[in-house]
Amino acid sequence: MNQLIAFKIDGKECMGQKGQNIADAARENGIYIPTLCHIQGLKPRGACRICSVRVNGRLMTACTTPIAQGMEVDSKSAEIQNLRKAIIELMFTEGNHFCPSCEQSGQCELQALAYRYQMLVPRFQFQFPHRSVEASHPRLIKDHNRCILCKRCIRAIKDEKGRSIFAFGKRGHHVEINIDTRLSKDMTASEARQASEICPVGAILLKKEEGFKTPIGLRKYDHKAIGSEVENS
Amino acid sequence: MNKTIVATTSLAGCFGCHMSFLDIDEKILDLIELVEFNKSPINDIKEFTRMCDIGLIEGGCCNNENVHVLRNFRAHCKILVSVGECAIMGGLPALRNAIPLSECMAEAYLHGPSVAGNNENGIMPNDPELPVILDKVYPCHEIVRIDYHLPGCPPRADLIWQALVALVQGDPLKLPYELIKFD
Repeated sequence: MNQLIAFKIDGKECMGQKGQNIADAARENGIYIPTLCHIQGLKPRGACRICSVRVNGRLMTACTTPIAQGMEVDSKSAEIQNLRKAIIELMFTEGNHFCPSCEQSGQCELQALAYRYQMLVPRFQFQFPHRSVEASHPRLIKDHNRCILCKRCIRAIKDEKGRSIFAFGKRGHHVEINIDTRLSKDMTASEARQASEICPVGAILLKKEEGFKTPIGLRKYDHKAIGSEVENS
Repeated sequence: MNKTIVATTSLAGCFGCHMSFLDIDEKILDLIELVEFNKSPINDIKEFTRMCDIGLIEGGCCNNENVHVLRNFRAHCKILVSVGECAIMGGLPALRNAIPLSECMAEAYLHGPSVAGNNENGIMPNDPELPVILDKVYPCHEIVRIDYHLPGCPPRADLIWQALVALVQGDPLKLPYELIKFD
């Protein structure tokens, strides 16, 4: 029943299945469109805007826009590149991202995108917001300083009855991810690991005996840019 | 040929960036052919004796003395380069930025484990000779205009070297993936 659809990204002829979003379809065609809030297999959210592309001349998020016959997607113009870089810079200045002291440095998707887009210094002023670190859960540490509110954890991590362990709390620019204290008590080691692995930054960390285990030089993004695995496939 | 004049300083930094700079190993011999140092902790020249071509700034601004030195560098250097995370975004000293200064001072001089009970009169350093701590640690480019930024904690020795050579020779700076890191 799968209906194939032909469309173009940056002039390259691509094929995808009906209903597929641009970000996923691009990957299958060897084109990397960066995503932070979106991860294949989860319902797209369109929260971070890093996957912004021009679709037939209009600015859209690739993760929430389904492909269509004859669609023309621009993902690499100078305008799009600069827009994405600006979004990365906004995230770096909006939170407290102290890479040198972060356990996830070298494996962080936000940092990897900053490397990919060659962010040397953000163009925006640093906000240095006052945020807390929650260490009251038996298996997890939630560092609100680093959270980019992508909602990956809310969408992906459920207990065995399908209840969300993570949820948004507060309003406006005070919004933060809350962890259900009752449910987090019963989290298994593998659920906790899954939660820390789904987090694109270092906002959900496992409580463990050893941190900074992977030495510099062997970490995920030390030598290869994020997305290079898609482009070289 | 006239050598390029370079000045360096460490503001609210740990001297790690200077260490990384020295980590260029034997290329230091090429370096002294290429540049001459003016005010810098490397040669211990304390004051500017002339206008410089390039100023390398390590560390952000955490007190008024840092601001004074940074402005002095801006006045004496044609090109200023922020070297390292502290100069670019405050770095680890800026971890205090979300905490009110009074709380930081109280922790450091009144309630911290190493001072609690030993400072009965609640004295905080207040000698007029001492630099005044700023409300937060500022990235250098929020105080003066900065021309270039070299990230890293510390920036890789090769990045500092290549950037310096590119600046001296007027070539465009290449930014290889492996050299641009934030840690």
